[in-house]
Amino acid sequence: MGRLEIRWHGRGGQGAVTAAIIVAEAAIFEGKYAQAYPEFGAERRGAPVRAYTRLSDSYIYTRSPITRPDVVVVLDPALGKELYLPGLKEGGALIINTKRSLEEVKKMIGRSDLRYAVVNATDIALETLKRPIVNTAMVGALVKVMKELGLAPSVELDSAIHAIKAVFGDKLGEINAEAAKKAFESVIVG
Amino acid sequence: MMPEVRWRRLPLNANYAVAHAVKDSDVDVVAAYPITPQTTVVEKISEFIANGELDAEMIHVESEHSALSACVGASAAGARVFTATAAQGLELMHEILHIASGLRLPIVMTIATRALSAPISIWCDYSDVMNARDASWVTMFVSSAQEAYDSVIQAFKIAEHPDVLLPVMVAYDGFIMSHTYEPVLVAEDPAPIREFIPKRRDRIVLDPEKPVTMGPIAMPEWYYEIKYQQVEAMKNAYRVVKETIDEFAKRFGRRYPVVETYRLEDAEIGILTYGAIYGTLREAIDIMRSKGMKVGAIKLRLWRPFPYEEVLQAIKHLKLLIVADRAISYGARIAGPVALEIMSLLLYESERPEVMSVVIGIGQRTVTEEDFEQIAKLGAKWLEEKRIPRETIYWGVRGVTYA
Repeated sequence: MGRLEIRWHGRGGQGAVTAAIIVAEAAIFEGKYAQAYPEFGAERRGAPVRAYTRLSDSYIYTRSPITRPDVVVVLDPALGKELYLPGLKEGGALIINTKRSLEEVKKMIGRSDLRYAVVNATDIALETLKRPIVNTAMVGALVKVMKELGLAPSVELDSAIHAIKAVFGDKLGEINAEAAKKAFESVIVG
Repeated sequence: MMPEVRWRRLPLNANYAVAHAVKDSDVDVVAAYPITPQTTVVEKISEFIANGELDAEMIHVESEHSALSACVGASAAGARVFTATAAQGLELMHEILHIASGLRLPIVMTIATRALSAPISIWCDYSDVMNARDASWVTMFVSSAQEAYDSVIQAFKIAEHPDVLLPVMVAYDGFIMSHTYEPVLVAEDPAPIREFIPKRRDRIVLDPEKPVTMGPIAMPEWYYEIKYQQVEAMKNAYRVVKETIDEFAKRFGRRYPVVETYRLEDAEIGILTYGAIYGTLREAIDIMRSKGMKVGAIKLRLWRPFPYEEVLQAIKHLKLLIVADRAISYGARIAGPVALEIMSLLLYESERPEVMSVVIGIGQRTVTEEDFEQIAKLGAKWLEEKRIPRETIYWGVRGVTYA
């Protein structure tokens, strides 16, 4: 039963929930099965936020929360690791928006079983969107990491971009797609 | 031969799936008041109306009491009417729930189920919809966004059937379904849906050309007879719901029986639940089966009228039936509403399983596959020891344990 579970961490306003939905939409556009849902509760700008994506090759019956994700995506480099590390599966992947190097991040996290990926999504967002909203860049980074590490089920960059355009419309969709592509190209996987 | 229906596979949450169904059902009037987690149903319908995709009147009101009152008026005038609510909103409507059914108005309402205040909880359980049990609404519980879409369409067919003419409620989990995106097939073109539920002109409506009075006082000589007609209408609804399920399956290829079972044929223990967590239960059954446990699942889709024939048929061979309810009837020894219903049915059966009533998921207390496994193991142990509890088990409460 091929399934991939992804947990997104950000702060209210960074678009973690939208990112979770975009990846699910991309998978659904590809004919796969997916669920995406926010951490259910009151939303406040600036507060730590979690969102979830579950990808599958077959129909998903369960409604259980994702507690043992295969992949954790961190949108805000200032979040404490105690917020996003718990439950990340042995051998799982951690993708962080950071200006730091891969080596620095590995040292900071201190888990040798994990696969790591770093991307400077904040700079990409500032460059493309002129605003520090990193969600679509992180979608691009995730798509690349899934490809590089052979995680499955995964989504293609084209379908992620299709989903981004469906969510944001023409004008905003274009620049958000640009952010996703840039992060796809610049993410470093180790 | 009917033309092939073309579907679009869209990522939608249950709220949006319902909004699509309302659009495709060509509803005439929507009156609603926003409440979490239902709000986006009506937001999306407003969008469809604003875009010209749905030609309907949206009545903005100051409360749920007014929302359902407006629906009553519009439905009495002959319109196809929809509303949606949750929790306190449904409670505020309560008085009008009885008026809608008593006037025999085929209103369709969806509930994104939510726990009741106090204390305030915006999260999911089925306390709200269970409180509406005796309001004479046909009531369905659904388990996926696709089923929500399909059930709203079916609901209009059932409600407007001349042998029924009762309002219909379609309930699904707040947040757990209302805010979860998943693939949903929606009609590319609403025409086949609208052909499936043609607007009927065969009920009595308010019409200045043919004046009638609706809702006058009924003296003791007549009140009882009028209410007995509702009893009959519910009996008819039981038949019409099943006919509608068959017709829908024949036309559109998706079937949702009033009682669904999974790996139950050779099971000794059956677990029955409803709503979203039936999906979690199904996966739990696979896990337990892989460990050699003889368990199966039962989903209750129809709550009112209660599908007693199908329930009895499904459970009669079991040694133990565990009913996992998501609402509490305070002060009752058997506090799970569905458990209580089934136990009362079993009184007339000579061959019957033991029944264990469990309350779970109150205020969206997490329910996982492991919860179901632990509950099943506990049930198996108690069955073995011949000490199935004679009162409801409150699963997952901190500080309350069972052994």
